[in-house]
Amino acid sequence: MDFDPILLSRIQFAFVVSFHAIFPVFTIGLAAYVAVLETLYYKTDNPVYLKLSKFWIKVFAVVFGMGVVSGIVMAFQFGTNWSNFSFAAANFIGPVLSYEVITAFFLEATFLGVLLFGRDKVPRGMHLFAACMVALGTFISSFWILSVNSWMHTPAGIELVDGMVQMTSWTQAIFNASFPYRFAHMAVASFITGGIVVAGVSAYYINHGRNLETSKKALCMCVIMLAVATPLQLFVGHEHGLNSFKHQPVKVAAMEGAWETKAGAPLILFAIPDAANERNRFEVAIPYLASIILTKRPDGVVPGLLEVPADERPPVGIVFWSFRVMVGLGMIFIAMSLLSALQLYRGQLFESRRLLRVWTWLIPAPFVAVLTGWFVTEVGRQPWMIQGLMRLDEAVTPSTTGWMVLATLIGYVAVYAVVFTAGVYYLRKVILAGPDPVAQADDTDTGRPKRPWSAVPTALDDGQQTAGA
Amino acid sequence: MDLIDLTLIWVALIGLGIFMYVLMDGFDLGVGILFPFAPDDAARDQMMGSVAPVWDGNETWLILGGAGLLAAFPLIYTVFLPALYLGVFLLLAGLIFRGIAFEFRFKATRNKVWWDRSFFLGSTVAAFAQGAVIGAYVQGFETENFRYVGGALDWLTPFTVMTGVGVVAGYALLGVTWTIMKTEGRTQRWAYELAPWLLAAVMAFFLIVSLWTPLTSERVMARWFDNLSWLWIFPTLTLVVAGWIAWRLQGRAEASPFIGSMMLFGLFYIGILVSMWPYAVPPTYTFWEASSDPGSQLFLLVGFLFLIPIILGYTAWTYWVFRGKVKPGTGYTGH
Repeated sequence: MDFDPILLSRIQFAFVVSFHAIFPVFTIGLAAYVAVLETLYYKTDNPVYLKLSKFWIKVFAVVFGMGVVSGIVMAFQFGTNWSNFSFAAANFIGPVLSYEVITAFFLEATFLGVLLFGRDKVPRGMHLFAACMVALGTFISSFWILSVNSWMHTPAGIELVDGMVQMTSWTQAIFNASFPYRFAHMAVASFITGGIVVAGVSAYYINHGRNLETSKKALCMCVIMLAVATPLQLFVGHEHGLNSFKHQPVKVAAMEGAWETKAGAPLILFAIPDAANERNRFEVAIPYLASIILTKRPDGVVPGLLEVPADERPPVGIVFWSFRVMVGLGMIFIAMSLLSALQLYRGQLFESRRLLRVWTWLIPAPFVAVLTGWFVTEVGRQPWMIQGLMRLDEAVTPSTTGWMVLATLIGYVAVYAVVFTAGVYYLRKVILAGPDPVAQADDTDTGRPKRPWSAVPTALDDGQQTAGA
Repeated sequence: MDLIDLTLIWVALIGLGIFMYVLMDGFDLGVGILFPFAPDDAARDQMMGSVAPVWDGNETWLILGGAGLLAAFPLIYTVFLPALYLGVFLLLAGLIFRGIAFEFRFKATRNKVWWDRSFFLGSTVAAFAQGAVIGAYVQGFETENFRYVGGALDWLTPFTVMTGVGVVAGYALLGVTWTIMKTEGRTQRWAYELAPWLLAAVMAFFLIVSLWTPLTSERVMARWFDNLSWLWIFPTLTLVVAGWIAWRLQGRAEASPFIGSMMLFGLFYIGILVSMWPYAVPPTYTFWEASSDPGSQLFLLVGFLFLIPIILGYTAWTYWVFRGKVKPGTGYTGH
């Protein structure tokens, strides 16, 4: 039996990176939220902030733990499956990824221990400092990794000598053309993800009449933040799209489902792209709108996919539909945030039971939006590994065979299924248990633990141990 | 760049990073390897509690090793990982399973025994895979034009199985001497009884590897039996240190067996480097041929020299915050 190692390597990378990506996008936002809560508690001594912080630190610990174990895999994927890419691009990606480890990973891993278990072992100011360092670490980490990723979309600051990347300018390479947009888009996405999860959980408690004081406070904070962040994301995303339009027009053509180059291109709302016949089926479109959005003129020219040969086009359907799912969810987030802000202003937010229930339902939605957003940008770059410089088939490890990739792919799916099931099961228990002031004293007193999840005193498979805690 | 040899500096820095990893994750993997042999569940709680504060920081050194190799010696990264493809998967799966076992064991009641097994198997598989990597390095790689061209299972030979098992024994020795240092009472007595046997096993593997390695490679044979007689100081020191550990175990010393075991690992490490020098990807490429651009090495060097001391500083600070012995009955049983 013959398997295609390139296709399987792509599936494997897509799987491990998608699985990994859902954790940091949440922890970046949540770490910032915890740092804000700790700062407020430090300044005001209001115990509501302390209770909230202690509860969300527990959730953070679980999610961060899953992010760590899936992140170790990422550090080796580049070498096992994409060794030709790693070898050719090492002069840039090697130092930048190493900077991520020494500026971010150690900071997070070390200060997380103090944040989780050091509340009674270090002075208050030191504990607040640890919370801020963890939040800072998550941001620095995304800075470096998004720099490398953006460079693969808009390479700069290098020249190719005999197929090897040689540096000409570190600043141009690190701050490449798409990096500021991608970084801003991702940072806002992290805040929105963290905000919606906290809002959804708080809304659940309010609707069930539990933890009212803390939950109302948390929901207010989130609604105000989201009312700013979600419209801001529309603007940032739009700017990011314009940047792609300038540097990666083929990707944007796939996002728009545009086959032919047109002056006055319509915005396609619905279509089933048909790559074989190079056209769309069942198209529903608004005339001129794509040109207006992308060029600010109704007769502006939007290049189509037919500009490049078929083997340089990305799979259109995935890009086209992922983009619509992301934007659609973003619009729902904006509507919900503004509506909730209005209800808050009118003093009716906590009585709007249906609105609160929708927030709870929305908990998985930001993760879907983030993943589909990544599908757009990554699948939209195909068939390039480094846009315009290196194709996927040149990047893959030459010695791998299909069965090796398939075997490890099945392995990773199996391992992650266990990790994910156990993690989600546990997270659900933590959230259903809710902030519990009595159990709080326990986990800071027991002393030594620095493992992320041991900060959470809920028993895993039944309630027996919580009773003893 | 002619004045300073950046490559040599990076050999030292990466060498230090990997050695830090081996020492730091070595003892906590070792505790996992010893898990099924512990006298009772209370001892297991105590042992796990003793490594809990440090293990995830320790594993960050592994990520630094991976990223640092890609930065300074990309050829090592892009030949070793494809060549060890299936072994790397075993290593990562092992680390994941022991990582989550760590987290879930104390929360579980009915399923506790499964997390015990997961912790033991994950630690053992990860240790074995790391030993096999060392064996594969000694054995060499089939390359053409800077690419690995060998087969998927070339790394799995009797020699690498032996080095794999050797590292399992070595980590177990680190784990047992760590346990002596961090526990008291019954658990410590059990560790004192086990330690001499593990020391004997490690020395047996040391002997076998020392004899087997020169026989597999003429280059290594020449290195040791040509005119560099001062090299023999390392195996001599190894014997002296092993004797010292045995003597200190007899005297029920608490810290020196662990320190001695770390010294043993340091000597093994130097022995391997001396045998293989100057080859990064034997038998073809030296460290200089495996290097990235001097500009890239320099760009990262600035950050390393500035940040590594800071990292060591705050790491030491957290070790100090969570210092002391783990007493029986404390730890996580309260959770």
